[in-house]
Amino acid sequence: MTGALAAVAATPKADWYLMRGSGLVALVLLSATVFLGVVGTRRWQSPRWPRFVTAGLHRSVALLAVCFVALHVVTAVLDSWVGVGWLDVVVPFRSPYRPLWVGLGAVAVDLAVAVTATSLLRRHLGHRTWRAVHWASWLLWPVALVHAVGAGTDTRADWGLAVVVGCAVPVLAAAAWRLATRQPTVRQPAVRQPAARQPTGRQPIPQPRSVP
Amino acid sequence: MKYRLEVDRIGCDGHGLCADLAPGLVTLDDWGYPMVAAGDVPADQLRTARRAATMCPKLALALRPAGDGARRRPAPPG
Amino acid sequence: MTIVQARPAGPDPLPGGSPRLTRTDGGPGLAAHLARWGPLRVPADLVAEAGRAGLRGRGGGGFPTADKLAAVLAARGRPVVVANGTEGEPLSAKDRTLLQRNPHLVIDGMVAAATVLGADRAVLCITDPASAEVARRALSERTGRAEAIEVLVAPDRYVVGEESALVNWINTGRPVPTRIPPRPSTRGVAGRPTLVDNVETLAHLALVARFGAAWWRQAGTAEDPGTMLATVTSANGTAGDRWVVEIEPGAPLDGLLPAGPVLIGGYSGTWMSPEQVHGTTWTSASLARHGATFGCGVLATLPAACCPLAETARVARWLAGQSAGQCGPCANGLPAIADALDQVVAGDRSGRAAGLVVRWAAMVDGRGACRLPDGAARFVASAVTVFADHLHQHRRHGPCAGVGHPPVLPTPGLGAAS
Repeated sequence: MTGALAAVAATPKADWYLMRGSGLVALVLLSATVFLGVVGTRRWQSPRWPRFVTAGLHRSVALLAVCFVALHVVTAVLDSWVGVGWLDVVVPFRSPYRPLWVGLGAVAVDLAVAVTATSLLRRHLGHRTWRAVHWASWLLWPVALVHAVGAGTDTRADWGLAVVVGCAVPVLAAAAWRLATRQPTVRQPAVRQPAARQPTGRQPIPQPRSVP
Repeated sequence: MKYRLEVDRIGCDGHGLCADLAPGLVTLDDWGYPMVAAGDVPADQLRTARRAATMCPKLALALRPAGDGARRRPAPPG
Repeated sequence: MTIVQARPAGPDPLPGGSPRLTRTDGGPGLAAHLARWGPLRVPADLVAEAGRAGLRGRGGGGFPTADKLAAVLAARGRPVVVANGTEGEPLSAKDRTLLQRNPHLVIDGMVAAATVLGADRAVLCITDPASAEVARRALSERTGRAEAIEVLVAPDRYVVGEESALVNWINTGRPVPTRIPPRPSTRGVAGRPTLVDNVETLAHLALVARFGAAWWRQAGTAEDPGTMLATVTSANGTAGDRWVVEIEPGAPLDGLLPAGPVLIGGYSGTWMSPEQVHGTTWTSASLARHGATFGCGVLATLPAACCPLAETARVARWLAGQSAGQCGPCANGLPAIADALDQVVAGDRSGRAAGLVVRWAAMVDGRGACRLPDGAARFVASAVTVFADHLHQHRRHGPCAGVGHPPVLPTPGLGAAS
């Protein structure tokens, strides 16, 4: 194992290729995360795919995406050719290499840090604060996508572009789904509703308050 | 240390993940809102309860120490 | 509005048997008030004295007033006193009667509470403009601490009288309950510890301040000391006749009302059959045997010509409309119960509708942020039990003739009987 790693490390431009690869994987995972997030808000479920599976996957895929973003960022800095410094990772538009597109990557990193940190600290921040920051995910994803197209090397090739399109279509479809449908809210006082979920025959009807 | 599961009734939107994750502790009423079993959470269900509280999309389910401040609800309107 | 005193059948425990809150000789002005009761003295140990008196909230909750005062004292921040005169219960008229006939006693209570709490702000919340007018006039006669009392006119919604909803309305303008904790006594108006008390409770507090616990306990029973205001609605013919009485706990219900099923406690209360009413006294223990409490002191009967189930169904619909809509079980359950009751009234051969009413009443009970669903559950469940025979008639023969009767129980803002 270490022999293989040593071989990789010794390969010229190992960082360069790792950076590109991890970037694309991060984009795929980020897109999957956003898609799963929307599925969650629409409360979709099936008998074999309960709500918590979507929720759990959303979190796990998000954390995995963060790991790949970290790898992508570290290899970008370590790679000598692009000349991206540590500061350029979080402060956008300073890098000498493709400043605009790499800068967008820095913006995406900043947003990702905010979303991830607030999600990890959710219990302490409370739902409202967490949700307010979480909306930034809808900015994070397109910025990351544009960064991939603009700064990416592989996205110039057909297969790279295919990956980008493969990421974009499901997320855009999910966004349309979210905009087009409304979830029932709690606030329905005095509306005549048909009795939801009639009780099954199994459940006993509770006894009325006992009156002697 | 004894714990109870408590629902923030205003925050709860009836997502129902809690009932799926902790069926022994939470059942859903006829409108999809959680009914939590009375009493303390049994020790062998604490992890399940904690997971259910963590996964609530509205953070409306909380695992709190039992006897933590009287949470009596207020009087009827009038 | 007639004011009548009701006395228990036994020996009169009060020398001369004088009424207290219903004492209105000389009118509502300040001079007459002082001639009646003398000047207000606020003892330093008023909280302890209120505890010795056993004074409990008269707004429906029955919470010991001394405990509430102590909780506000123990909290951090300069307290605020809120007098709750909103009286959202449509069948209740005692608070507005008290405010219009005896405003200075309520003001005295606010001053006493503010003094002992060290409060620098006091608010009197009212929904009825006429009472607000009388209150403002009474305040204009006062000097000293009472000068700072503000009168606020709140929206006339059932839940605005709930403690946290009232505080929330003062803070944000939204008359809906908030999460507990923190309680208003810890963090209420402007984040300060807030005493929210019914106006009648404060009036009693003013008397305890003047004359002490021992005097105050001379009325009532050991478990239920003092006197209480109650609103009696006795239906004669098509419209209800409504009056306010001052009752001493221990009085038999029989003497207060004409025969027939009785609603005790208002729309959050309990129906009782004539058999249950007979032999029950106005005490917490006797009422509890039938699942009833004092509530806000509402006693109502229905004319024989109306359909009690139709009345119940209409009130249930009204209660559903009064929901703040914040909690799923209430926002969904109360309309569902109203729908099922409509089916019961229309005649449901299968009998499932009545079963659903009972099922859903148990399901919503205790599952809201406030006690609106609890009260509604008790109201409908007791109706289904007490009017079981009538229900059976509807099931077999469809709606009775009484369904066409004009609405009796008031449901402000709702259309005609459905």
